Amino acid sequence: MSLPEIVRSAFRGIGANGPRSLLTVLGILIGVAAVILLVAVGNGSAQGGSNTLTIMGTGLTMKIAESLDDPVLAPGVRSVSPVAGTSAILTWEGAEHRSDSFMGTVPGWFTAADSPVETGAIFTADDEAQARRVVVIGRTVAEELFPGTDPVGQRVTVGGALFSVIGVLKEKRDAGDTAVAPISAVQQVLAGYGPLSAILVEAGDASPADTVEGQVSAILDTKLEPGSYRVVNASQPLETRTATARAFTTLLGAVAAVSLLVGGLGITNIMLVTVAERTREIGIRKALGAPRRVILAQFLVEATLLSVIGGGLGVAVAYLGSHFSIAGVQPVIVPGSVALVLGVSVLIGIFFGGLPAVRAAGLRPIDALRYP
Amino acid sequence: MTGTPVLDVRNLTRVYGDGATEVRALDGVTLRVERGEYVAVTGSSGSGKSTLMNILGCLDTPTTGGCLLDGVDVGRLTDAQLALVRNRRIGFVFQEFSLIPRISAVANVELPLAYHGIKPAERRRRAMSALDLIGLADRADHEPHQLSGGQQQRVAVARALVTESALLLADEPTGNLDSHATEELLSVFDELNAAGRTIVIITHEPGVGARADRLITLFDGRIVEDSRQEPAGRHAAAA
Repeated sequence: MSLPEIVRSAFRGIGANGPRSLLTVLGILIGVAAVILLVAVGNGSAQGGSNTLTIMGTGLTMKIAESLDDPVLAPGVRSVSPVAGTSAILTWEGAEHRSDSFMGTVPGWFTAADSPVETGAIFTADDEAQARRVVVIGRTVAEELFPGTDPVGQRVTVGGALFSVIGVLKEKRDAGDTAVAPISAVQQVLAGYGPLSAILVEAGDASPADTVEGQVSAILDTKLEPGSYRVVNASQPLETRTATARAFTTLLGAVAAVSLLVGGLGITNIMLVTVAERTREIGIRKALGAPRRVILAQFLVEATLLSVIGGGLGVAVAYLGSHFSIAGVQPVIVPGSVALVLGVSVLIGIFFGGLPAVRAAGLRPIDALRYP
Repeated sequence: MTGTPVLDVRNLTRVYGDGATEVRALDGVTLRVERGEYVAVTGSSGSGKSTLMNILGCLDTPTTGGCLLDGVDVGRLTDAQLALVRNRRIGFVFQEFSLIPRISAVANVELPLAYHGIKPAERRRRAMSALDLIGLADRADHEPHQLSGGQQQRVAVARALVTESALLLADEPTGNLDSHATEELLSVFDELNAAGRTIVIITHEPGVGARADRLITLFDGRIVEDSRQEPAGRHAAAA
C-alpha cells in the first residue's frame, strides 16, 4: 500500500469523525496560535523602544545643534531637535499648575521623542520660525488645568505671556507632566537665549544608534571640550528592556507551549478512541494480510495529519491576530517561532499519535476480531 | 486426490485459561482437507468450531499440535510471514460486519491486493472480475451500508477469492441472512467449488452443512463424525 493511498485513507478517517476531528484540530490550532502570537507580543514589546540619542552637557547651543544636521559627517542622523527646558507655572481661569518640564523645541522632537499628540495638532516649522505662542501639553497638565474641559483652543498664561493650547500629548509613562512649545517662543518668553538643556538626535532606520553615536561624538569633539557633554544612547536602557522582554517572551512562550502540549494530549485521546472504535476493522485488515507497518502507518499518518492541519490553521490565525495590538503591544511575528512551532506540531502528531498507533498495530488479529 | 493437502492438521489442542478455569476448546483434532474439497464443520455452540476456524486461518495459535497450510508449517512463521500467509493463501468470510465501512465495495475487494503490493490498475481489474463472478459488478461503487446483508456477504466472498487463495474459510457466513440471501450465497459457494476452489465453511445450520460434500461434526473439542455425503440442493442451483 503506497503512501498516497495511506494519506487518502487517513483523510477519509478524519472526515468520517467530523466534529471530533474538528475539536482535536482546534486544540492544536489554539496551542500553535498561542505560541506564535505570545512570542510575537514579547518580541513586539522588545522592539517598541526608540532609536534616539540624547546629548546633554554645558555649552550646547543652537549652532552646535545645527552642525549635527550634517549629511556628510553624520549620514545616520535623521533629525536634530534642540531642547530648551525650564520649569514654569501655567495658569488658566484661576487654576494653576507647575510643570518642571516646559520645553521649547522644534516639530521634529515629537517623532524623535516618540510623543505624538492624542488630540489637536503639533506645532509647525512655521510656528517655530515665527515664534508663535502655541503649546502642546501633556496629559497630566491637561487634567490638572482643564478638568472636564477640552484644552485645545484654550489660552494659558505662562511667565506672563499667553500661549494657545493646540494639542494634548498621548499618554506616555512618566511623561505626562510636560508642555512643549516652539523653541523660539520659549527662549523669548521664558528661558532666554542661554545654552540648550539637551539636543535630541534621531537615528535613521538603517543606522544603528551606536553608529550614529560615533558620528555625533566626532562632530561634538571639534566644537566642545571632551568631557563637557555626554551622549545618552536610548538603546542602552533598551538593553535592559530587551532583557525584561526576553524573560517575558520566555514566560509567555512556556505558557503557550503548555497549551500546545494539552492539544497533543487531545490527539492521543482521539486516536485511542479511534483505534478502539476501529478495532474490528483492524482485525479484518489483519485477516486480509495487512502487515504491521501498514496499520502503524495508517494511524500515525492520521494523527500527524490532524496536528499538521491544526498547525497550519494555527499559523494562519496567528498571522491574522498579529494585525491587532494586544495589551498595547503590536506583535511582531518571529519567523523562527513559526517554523519551530510547525515542526513541533508535526512531532506532537507523531509522538502523541504513536502510542495508539503502536497499540493498533500490535493487536493480535483474533483479539481485534473478537472486540465487541 | 493428488498433491499436497490444502490443510493438514495434526493433534490440535487449544486451551484457554489455566488451573480450575481451564477450558479445552480443542482436544486433539486431526484433519486433512484435499484440494477441491467442500467441507462443512458443524457442532453446537461451544463445540470448538470457531476456535478451529481461527487456528486454520492463522488468526490464533494452537496450544499444542501443528497445522500445515498448503504444505507450510504455520507454527514456525513470524508475525510478518503470517500476515503474508493470510494475504496469499487464505480468503476469509466472516459472519457479519466483515466489510470495511466508508469505502466502496470494489475498494473492499481490492484491499488484499493492495496489501499484496499490486498496482492500482491491475487491482481494479481483478476486483471487478471478482465482483462480476458473484454478480455484483453493478454495485461496485456502493458503500457497505448501501448494500443488503446478503450483498455484503457476497462482496466479502469476492474479496476472499480475489487473491486466488488456496483456501476459502467462511465462519457462519449465513448467520445473519434470510433464507433467500442464504440460498444466493450458497449457490455462489457451489459455483466456486465446481470451479475447483477448496472451501471450509463453519456453520450450525443443517441446511448449510448439507450443501457440502464432506461434513465434520465437532463435540467438546473433538471430531465425532467425519462423513462424505451426497451434497443436497446442488442440482437445483446448477439448473
